[in-house]
Amino acid sequence: MKKIGLIVNPIAGMGGSVGLKGTDNTAAEAFRRGAIPRAGDRAKSALSELLPIKEELFIYTCPGSMGGDIAEELGFRTVVKPEASDGAAKAAPVDAGVLPDPLSKTSAADTKSLAEWLLENKVDLILFAGGDGTARDVYQAVELSACCVGIPAGVKIHSPVYAKNPKAAGLLALLWLTGKVSMTQEEEVLDIDEEQYRKEQINTRLYGYLKVPKERSFTQNRKAPTPLSDAAAIDSIAYEAVRQMEPDTFYIIGAGTTTRGVMEILGLKNTLIGVDLVYNKKLVANDLGGSELLSLIKGKRTKLVVTITGGQGYLFGRGNQQLTPDVIREVGKENIIILATKTKLAALSGQPLLVDTYDEGLNHSLCGYYRVIAGCGETIVCKVSDN
Amino acid sequence: MKRIDRSSKVRTGFHQAKWDEPIIYELSTPGERGILVGQPEKAIAEEVKGVSAIPAGMARNTKLNLPEMSQSRVLRHYSRLAQQTLGADVNIEIGQGTCTVKYSPKVNDQLANLIREYHPLQDESTVQGILQIFHETDKYMCEISGMDRFSLQPSGGSQGIMTMASVIRAYFKDKGEDRDEIITTIYSHPSDAAAPAVAGFKIIYLQPDPKTGVPDLEQLKAVSGPRTAGYIVANPEDTGVYNSHVKEFVDHIHSIGGLCAYDQANANGLLGVTRARDAGFDMCFFNLHKTFSTPHGCGGPACGATGVQKDLVKYLPAPLVGFDGKKYFLDYETVSNPCAVGKVREWYGVAPVVLKAYCWIRSLGPNGLYQVAKTAVLNNNYMFKKLMELPEVSAYYEDGNNQRVEQARYSLEKLTKETGIGTLDIQRRMMDFGMHYWTSHHPFYLPEPMTLEPTETPSKKDIDEYIETLKYVFKEAHENPETIKTAPHRSVTHQVDESGMDDQATWALSWKTYLKKYTE
Repeated sequence: MKKIGLIVNPIAGMGGSVGLKGTDNTAAEAFRRGAIPRAGDRAKSALSELLPIKEELFIYTCPGSMGGDIAEELGFRTVVKPEASDGAAKAAPVDAGVLPDPLSKTSAADTKSLAEWLLENKVDLILFAGGDGTARDVYQAVELSACCVGIPAGVKIHSPVYAKNPKAAGLLALLWLTGKVSMTQEEEVLDIDEEQYRKEQINTRLYGYLKVPKERSFTQNRKAPTPLSDAAAIDSIAYEAVRQMEPDTFYIIGAGTTTRGVMEILGLKNTLIGVDLVYNKKLVANDLGGSELLSLIKGKRTKLVVTITGGQGYLFGRGNQQLTPDVIREVGKENIIILATKTKLAALSGQPLLVDTYDEGLNHSLCGYYRVIAGCGETIVCKVSDN
Repeated sequence: MKRIDRSSKVRTGFHQAKWDEPIIYELSTPGERGILVGQPEKAIAEEVKGVSAIPAGMARNTKLNLPEMSQSRVLRHYSRLAQQTLGADVNIEIGQGTCTVKYSPKVNDQLANLIREYHPLQDESTVQGILQIFHETDKYMCEISGMDRFSLQPSGGSQGIMTMASVIRAYFKDKGEDRDEIITTIYSHPSDAAAPAVAGFKIIYLQPDPKTGVPDLEQLKAVSGPRTAGYIVANPEDTGVYNSHVKEFVDHIHSIGGLCAYDQANANGLLGVTRARDAGFDMCFFNLHKTFSTPHGCGGPACGATGVQKDLVKYLPAPLVGFDGKKYFLDYETVSNPCAVGKVREWYGVAPVVLKAYCWIRSLGPNGLYQVAKTAVLNNNYMFKKLMELPEVSAYYEDGNNQRVEQARYSLEKLTKETGIGTLDIQRRMMDFGMHYWTSHHPFYLPEPMTLEPTETPSKKDIDEYIETLKYVFKEAHENPETIKTAPHRSVTHQVDESGMDDQATWALSWKTYLKKYTE
C-alpha cells in the first residue's frame, strides 16, 4: 500500500480571475469581486488520474476543502488529520468573518501544519494544489524530506515544482507511485512579491527547493535532457571553481544549488538561500548580511562566486539582495565568478544574464561578456545586460 | 487475400520486427562450440614451446569469459538483432539531422569486399592498388577543401577533431608557446569541445545571437587572447544556419596567433560551393561516412579524413601515403618531427571505407559532387517550406537572411503548448511508422527541437511521405494525445524509465562494469 499526502489550498487562484494578480492577503477582496474557488476542481482532476490504482492507496489529508471532500468523493480510502475541523483549525486573521465557511478557515499555517503531519505519517508523496505561495508554505514544512508534486491552481506559477497542468500532476504521481519513475530532483520554489506584482513590477525570489519526481515531460519549465544529471553537472562545475581558488583570497559564495556544490566539495556548511564567506578553503561565516559582508572584505582581495537564480537569468537583485551594490563594487567586476549548468543556460536560449541592483550606475558598469563556468575546463560566454 | 491498403502515404500498418532476444552472454552454454580449433602440429608446438609475446605479469590468470555457442545460434542471434534495427536501408532516412545519412551504393560494398583479405603488414609492392587509392583520395580531399595534405588515419569524426586538436597542440609545442584554450560554438558538434578537452585544452563556447543564430565577432574578441590556441567550429552549424562572417572570425584568430579548424563532418551542402581553405581555415576534416557515402557504422570503423595547410603537414600523424613517380609507399617522414602528432590510431586508416569514398567520388566527378550539394540544399529547402506551413512547426533565427543550408532545426513549442506533446513524444511515436526522428544534441538549446536533414537521396515522394507522417502524428497530438504519450506501440521496446539515465553512478559502459556495479 502507498500513502499519498494531499494538500489543497482552497482559495488558491481566486485572485487571478478577478484581476488581483494573486490571492495572498486578498482572498476576501477576491470573494467580494465574485471569484469562485477552483483549486478543488483542479486537485480532483489530478487525483482522478490515480483512480486505476485506487485500491493500493491511502490518502492522508485534512477533512473538508483542504482535500478530504475530494478524496472521499472520488472514493479513495482516506485518513484525515485528527483535531482538524473542516478546512482547518485556525482562521486567517485578514479574511476572518468576511469569507463564508469553510474557506474562511484556511491559512498558510494550516498548509504547514498539514504538511508536517504528512511527514510524521511518512507518506510516499505529497500532492499539493495551489500557487507559488502554497509551494513556499509546503517548503517551510517539508524542505527536502519528502517527494512532492504541485498541482497548478494558483494565480502565480513560477516554481518548476508544479506540473504543467493538473492532469500532468496526476500522471506524474502515478508514475512515481507505480515505480516507473524512481529518481527525484530538486526544483526551485520561486515566488514574486505580490504587492509589487500588482504594481506591475515582477520581482522573483528564490525561497528554497522541493524534491519532485524526475520526469521532464510533466513539470513546468521542462528541462532539456543533458548527458549528465544536474547533480553531476554541478559537481563538475564546483570542482573547476575550487581548482581555480587562489590562496589568501576571500570567496563570497552566493545563494543556490550550483554554488552549494562548491561548499560541498570544500566540506563546509552552506546557506542555500544566503551568502557565505570562505578564506583559504575554510569557512569564515555563514548567512551574512550586506553590511557584515562589507566589513569583512573591505580592502581585502575578494572574489564573488554566484549563479543565476529566479528562473529568468538574474545574477544580482533576485534572491541575493545581501550582495549590495557596495559589496559588488568592493569586489570589482573582474573578480566575479559565475557558475551555471549548461541546462540552465540553455533554458535562456542566448538571452543575456541580467543585473538589477538598485544602483543603476553599477548595473551598467557590470554589463559585458563573461565566461561562465559550465563544467570542468568548460566556460560558456554570456552577455550580461541591465535591461 | 487481403491486400495492404496503400492509398495513404502514412504506414499505419507498420510493425517493427521484435524478437525477445537475450544478450549473447545469457545464451552461452558451457562446452558448446562454434568452431573446434585444431591442435598445432607437433613440429610447430615444439618450435614455440615456452615462447610467449605476453609478459608473465600481464597474462590473465582466469579463463577468458566468452560466450560458448554453436554457429547457427550465433547467426540467429545477430540476424534477429539486425532485424530489430531501424536502419538506413529500411526507412526514409530524413530524421537524423546533422548526420547526413544518405544512400550508400551497394556496388561500393561489393568493391570493398575485394580487399577484405588484405593485411596491414603486407609488403607495399603487393598492395600498390589500395595505396594508390589512398594517395588519390588524399588529392581529391585537397581539391575539395583547398588544403594541402590529408591523413586518412583517424577512424571517425571525433578522432578527426582529436587529430586537429593534436595538430594545434603540436604547432604551439613546436613554437614554444603555452596556449591552452580552444574556442567553439554552442551549435557546433559536441565533439568539437570534447575532443580538444581530451587533448588537454580548456573549452570556451560562444553563444549564438538570439536574432541571427550565429555568434557576433564582438563576443569572440572579448574572450580570445594570448591563451587562445585555436578555433574549432562547424559551419553551417546544427541549426542549418551558415555564419557568413566566418572569415572575419578566422582573421581575428589569426591576428592573435591562433589556428582555425573547420569541422566539415557534414559538408553535404558545401561540395563545390565553398572551401575551408578559401575562408582561411588552417585545417578541416570530413566524415567519409557522411558526405562521402561510406555507410554509418554505429561507432566505426569509419574515416575522419583530416587535412591541413602546407605549414602544418609536418605535424600530421604517420604514415601518409606518398608517390615517388613510380610506386606508392608509406611515408613515415613526419615521425622524425619530435613535435608531430605521431599516431591517432593503429595502422593507416580503414581501407574499405577509403575505397568506398574513392568510388563514390569517382562515380560522380566534380560536377556530380556539386550536384549533390545542390540537390541536398534543394531538398532541405522544399522540406523547410512545407514544414513551416504547418501550424505546429516553427524555427528560430528567421530574420529573412538565414536560409537553411542542408539541414534545419525546427521547434515544436507551439504544439507542446497546445497539446502537452513534446518533441521526445513525437520521436517515440515516429518509430511506430518505421521513421527515424531526431531532436537535438544535449542540452536542448531551443525549445522542443526537431532536426531533420533530407540529403540528396530522397525523392520528392519520399520527402512528402515523411511530412505526411509528421502531419498524421501532429493530428494525433490534438485528437488523441494519450496514444503519443504512451508510444511506441509498434516498436522493439516500449517506454522505459529514463529518470536515472543521466546519473553516472548507474552507468555500466562495459560488461565488467555491469558485473561490478550490479552483481557484486
